[in-house]
Amino acid sequence: MSEIVLSVNELRTWYDSARGPVPVLDGVSFDVQRGETFVLLGESGCGKSMTALSIMRLLPTQFQNNISGSVNFDGIDLLRLPEVAMRRMRGRRIAMIFQEPMTSLNPVLTVGAQIMEVLVQHSSLRGASARAEAVRLLDAAGLPAAQQRLDEYPHQLSGGMKQRVMIAIALAGKPDLLIADEPTTALDVTIQAQVLDLLKSLQKDFGMAMLMITHDLGVVAQMADHVAVMYAGEVVEQAARADFFKSPQHPYSQRLFEALPALGKRGRELSVIPGTVPLLDQAFNGCRFAPRCHRAWEACEQHAPAWVTLPAGRGLRCLLADNTWSAHAPAAPPAPPVVVHDAPTHTSGDADLLVVRELKVHFPILKGLLKRAAGYVYAVDGVSFSIASGKTLALVGESGCGKTTVGKAILQLLSPVQGQVNFAGIALNGLRGESLRKRRREFQIIFQDPFSSMNPRMMVGDIIAEGMRAQGVEKDQQKRGARIDQLLEHVGLRSDAKTRYPHEFSGGQRQRICIARALAVEPKLIVCDEPTSALDVSVQAQILNLLKQLQGQHGLSYLFITHNISVVAYLAHEVAVMYLGRIVEHGPVEQILSAPRHPYTQALLSAVPTLDQDIKRVVLRLDGDPPSPINPPQGCHFHLRCPHVHAPCRERYPDATTFGASTVRCFLYNDAPASA
Amino acid sequence: MTRWPLGITPHNVTIAAWSLAPVALYFSCVAFYHLKPVWLWTDFLVYVLIASMTAFFVAARRRAHLREPLTRIIQNRTAMVCLVVLAAFTAIGVLDSVHFRQPAAGAAAAGQTDRYAPEVTSVLDALMGPQHMQMETTYSAPLSLVQYEKSTVERADGVHERVFPRLKFAGVGVAAGDAHTRDIVRRVVVGALSGLLATAAVAALFLAWYAYTQASPVRATFRRVLRGEGDVPWRAMWVTLLALCMIVGVVVALADGYHVFGTDKVGKDVLYKSVKSIRTGLIIGTLTTLVMLPFAVLLGILAGYLRGWVDDVIQYVYTTLSSIPGVLLIAASVLMLQTYIHIHPELFPTEAERADLRLLFLCIILGITSWTGLCRLIRGETMKLCEADFLLAARGFGAHPLAIMLRHILPNVMHIVLISVVLDFSGLVLAEAVLSYVGVGVDPSTYSWGNMINAARLEMAREPMVWWPLLSAFVFMFVLVLAANLFADVVRDAFDPRLKRR
Amino acid sequence: MLTYIVRRVLYAIPILIGVNLLTFILFFVVNTPDDMARLHLGGKRVSPEMVAQWKAERGYDKPMVYNAQAAGINKLTDTIFYVNSVRLFAFQFGSSDDGRDIVQDIGQRMWPSLAIAVPAFVFGLMVNISFALLLAFFRATYVDTLGTVLCVVMMSVSGLFYIIAGQYMLSKLLRLVPISGYDTGWEAIKFILLPVAIGVVSGIGSGVRWYRTLFLEEMNKDYVRTARAKGLSEYLVLFRHILKNGMIPILTGAVVVIPLLFMGALITESFFGIPGLGSYTIDAINSQDFAIVRAMVFLGSLMYILGLILTDISYTLVDPRIRLQ
Repeated sequence: MSEIVLSVNELRTWYDSARGPVPVLDGVSFDVQRGETFVLLGESGCGKSMTALSIMRLLPTQFQNNISGSVNFDGIDLLRLPEVAMRRMRGRRIAMIFQEPMTSLNPVLTVGAQIMEVLVQHSSLRGASARAEAVRLLDAAGLPAAQQRLDEYPHQLSGGMKQRVMIAIALAGKPDLLIADEPTTALDVTIQAQVLDLLKSLQKDFGMAMLMITHDLGVVAQMADHVAVMYAGEVVEQAARADFFKSPQHPYSQRLFEALPALGKRGRELSVIPGTVPLLDQAFNGCRFAPRCHRAWEACEQHAPAWVTLPAGRGLRCLLADNTWSAHAPAAPPAPPVVVHDAPTHTSGDADLLVVRELKVHFPILKGLLKRAAGYVYAVDGVSFSIASGKTLALVGESGCGKTTVGKAILQLLSPVQGQVNFAGIALNGLRGESLRKRRREFQIIFQDPFSSMNPRMMVGDIIAEGMRAQGVEKDQQKRGARIDQLLEHVGLRSDAKTRYPHEFSGGQRQRICIARALAVEPKLIVCDEPTSALDVSVQAQILNLLKQLQGQHGLSYLFITHNISVVAYLAHEVAVMYLGRIVEHGPVEQILSAPRHPYTQALLSAVPTLDQDIKRVVLRLDGDPPSPINPPQGCHFHLRCPHVHAPCRERYPDATTFGASTVRCFLYNDAPASA
Repeated sequence: MTRWPLGITPHNVTIAAWSLAPVALYFSCVAFYHLKPVWLWTDFLVYVLIASMTAFFVAARRRAHLREPLTRIIQNRTAMVCLVVLAAFTAIGVLDSVHFRQPAAGAAAAGQTDRYAPEVTSVLDALMGPQHMQMETTYSAPLSLVQYEKSTVERADGVHERVFPRLKFAGVGVAAGDAHTRDIVRRVVVGALSGLLATAAVAALFLAWYAYTQASPVRATFRRVLRGEGDVPWRAMWVTLLALCMIVGVVVALADGYHVFGTDKVGKDVLYKSVKSIRTGLIIGTLTTLVMLPFAVLLGILAGYLRGWVDDVIQYVYTTLSSIPGVLLIAASVLMLQTYIHIHPELFPTEAERADLRLLFLCIILGITSWTGLCRLIRGETMKLCEADFLLAARGFGAHPLAIMLRHILPNVMHIVLISVVLDFSGLVLAEAVLSYVGVGVDPSTYSWGNMINAARLEMAREPMVWWPLLSAFVFMFVLVLAANLFADVVRDAFDPRLKRR
Repeated sequence: MLTYIVRRVLYAIPILIGVNLLTFILFFVVNTPDDMARLHLGGKRVSPEMVAQWKAERGYDKPMVYNAQAAGINKLTDTIFYVNSVRLFAFQFGSSDDGRDIVQDIGQRMWPSLAIAVPAFVFGLMVNISFALLLAFFRATYVDTLGTVLCVVMMSVSGLFYIIAGQYMLSKLLRLVPISGYDTGWEAIKFILLPVAIGVVSGIGSGVRWYRTLFLEEMNKDYVRTARAKGLSEYLVLFRHILKNGMIPILTGAVVVIPLLFMGALITESFFGIPGLGSYTIDAINSQDFAIVRAMVFLGSLMYILGLILTDISYTLVDPRIRLQ
């Protein structure tokens, strides 16, 4: 079966600006075979989604009529099709699912209406038979209790369930091609595993071709038959999955792999791609990647590389593959020296810097005339841990498990907080007013979103100076200015950044500024709240390197809040896994990652797509969604989804069991289980 | 970077010189013509307004988040065309806000320097010449030589006759018929030509300056402007200015010999009344927001930041105020004000001062009824900002709440303030007309479009109809409000395209 | 749902009390009844006896808030505050300065007001939504640009102009409808026609523009892209998906004015000589009849608060996201 369903040729899409047309896609070509999964891989802003929308002809208005090239679908050039005929294609022959299930469904129509709409449009089914078909589709999409769901509204469903509804809608027309634009990016890793499995099995059942768009190499490894790597509006490499993972050819692809954090790369610096993805509103003379490429030479700056077809269906857009140029290429530079981080020099002060005991944050749900608390959101429900100075504790969990709340509660940015937070021997939650204000110098925070974490109305210099001003560090103007220069340099920025505004910087640069801002008051502990999850892989590596380097230099402690296991593996010394407001497992990173004991940890780790092609991994699937923290289940919070559930799990919360340096809260390891 | 002591840069010095020049001119005129300056309350507030707007733009030049949207406005053709029109209105309004009393007739000859005429005059009055003092007897149509109604006149031979009497101050020495038409055509041509010449002269000066700043030859610059190239839509602005100047030229040329828009019931020139109404409209449109701004901003930020009982109280106050239908609250307040003025006449020595205070109070009352919307918006935005990470970071540094409100929240809600000021302007100008019509607007002695329309109600019912005062008021009001509306749209889009407001 | 409504109503009480206090302060504290008497009797040469008599006729001779002379509960009830402010809550508005019963007047005059305000409201809403949809359908074309410019132009014309011009064109020039006046029964229609038409036309500018932005905002949402990806026609996308979402803010925004409709349109009614509540209010303002103004202020706030409550309720009815919480 090697029939080509979709053939994209020299696709060019642009918008008109004051300075002329700006191409967001520049000569994109690829073929999708019937029944296979073709993945477009790339970082943000490289044109992946634009490719999908161009194929569907659903581009925003500023792109209207600004497409050239051809998109052949089953012998029909979609770009030449009149709009009426194109409508018969959409939903029927080509279906699409989007990244944000939260906003992609119409909030005022029932789930059933939104599915049946497609059936009415593209089939002869009406009324009861359409309804029955809709139930069948929801069943196929794995939505439990499909019959009832039909009359529910999207807001009554969780994110994962909404994405299943989207999939059911996409399946309704029995399409030949399914375009999935980052279908799992907005979902948690255990839900992502469910949805990816579903897509895979549906593809087999329906015999669809799938064009999938992702930025996640792990997803590629799990899903793809063929991969195309996009960069700055062009396809730079294309290969079958196995070939691609065995030996990526383009320097960009190679570097993407190297930039991924992993357990095996601990203790050394991640190799990074310097700089950021270029803006497309400029004229490119040479290779678009040349300014960031470690193999680039003069020719790369002047000659745009042509597409070179290689054996085994591979292709490459690089002068290194071009016979006319590759002869002149300098030899590959020696692999960059592995920079081993200095082991923290401050290990002597191994005393626990931060000790958290039975931390509880219960947000009241106010109701009624007098605003009485009608219930509580048990966001954090008894969390205990400690961090030694110079060490990193990673707090891992899925969204809504309360990990961010823990961070804010420790910094005393929330109330009401119960339990104890001891910092350097002083109980923080006993402090009020001025005494707390003075202490704030010692613990700082870095946020996830580099765009909302800085006041857009302030210059970078003032942003960094704010903490110094508030804490009275370097009162002298001149000295403070010098210190700001020094800090900026320290995080890898030029000192002229201080007279500029945050919006002039890219995401990664902003995150550097945030780090500089935190460092300005010379803290001992920094709470890093998902600092890299909004960044592209190549930029993430830069930030992780910086954090690690700073820890070595200043003996900083980090509380690293994340959902990204590979970042944990690379950076953390200890890991605490959170589920629904409580820590279920806690221990040294090697121990937890290699031999997880708690069923949730096991499931979480197995759900992370790995790059390793050879290991046939057994994936533990979790069903359903995490319960609501407003009404946590009785007994062990995890028992509703746990594969090992037995009687006591439903009755009480398990005690901690210690294994060397790690602890687990699960009846599987409790010494006194009632029955097993 | 060169360090300037106390922030005195050449740039600042230039600005200071520019802003001091009119002040110096004012005082030299006062001294030269032996005038007695009169400071009305609204005048004073107008100066404050101009000063704060100047300060805002000076400050905005240095702040990227303000400079960027301002640049976008400057590059927008519609906005700049409207700005030219608005600037013309503003210039008239400002000229009409400098008041003084002239020396009493014959005082100079008698060597008395402290006797002044009783009526308060403005610079605009002085510029418009003695025309506004020239009262006809009653209605006359635009550009007419005679009264609108017949009246009984005693001829030289003693016979009484019903005729359309000649106007005293229109078309003096011009015979009716062809001569009248010829005179009007001559004036139109002369007026249009002088408008053209004036524009050309100013344009030449501008071109020289622009070429200098662009460091390009004058001819090339001229060609660029002519082709409409460059970021700033100069061509459109110059065309607008040309049109304006020609219209003004024609009107001035005609007004010299005729009542361009006719006269009203008591023989007052309608054009004069319409022009004098500009100040009233502008003051209602701007001072109202100026009066309410501090409350709305302060209370909105306090409620949004402090939450708790402060929020409850502030919310209660603005919900209560906004639940009273605006017109009724204004009516009730103005009625009370009228009673107060009526009972305490001793507090208001001159008619002008009484009218001025009533105008000011109208602004304040309008402000009180309209601050609630802005306050609610700012409260909401503040609450949103409180969730933002950068505010959390500031709290994490232990920054003082006052510092947080001033440094983080205030600058981030200013765009809402700016947008609402601009958006409210046209609504307030229109509201003045309605309120004056209802009888709770400005003082009946104040020139305002509302008062003109109010009077027009009876005039429309006359047979034959007297239409020109109404039309004149509407044309002036429409041009101002349309320009303001179009300009406001661009401002809103530039500062926050997503801000929803009616 | 019922507890929700009860709670909303309870919230309204302190606000009404606030309104009441405010009007009391405005009408009786800023200016004393003596001042009012002098204003009505004219000028400064008024003898104290005349003032006292004027006050006695209207019951303004009582103490403000506490009557030391009265007995028992009357210490509180036999006061200006109780008689003129607290009693408003029981809809006892008293009588106007010329001795007519205000409640009765209101009962009579609300019908002509409703006869004009309700059709104007309904037709206005329909016309605005239709035009807004039209512009949204032709978005980013000349139709849209022209339409929006026309809206701004129409917004910039004073409402008074619509009334005067409409009256002049249709009544005086074309003699299609009477200039002013009112009649009962079916005869009323010809008097209503012009005010209603003017009410609709004067609202088109701002209404259409506002609704158009609402629709366009919906159009940029993700679910619209999903709908297009289903292969739906532009017509279906607009009417099934966008209209339904766009109607939520439009309807709930419109609900707030429904109770206020019966207060009538001030200017229109007085211009066309329609004996409704709007002209009633204007006449009261012009003749400085404070009792009526006070009653209307109270009624107006009551209706506005009622409108707010209805808005909240309508939200829960229209929007499934709130309904099913």
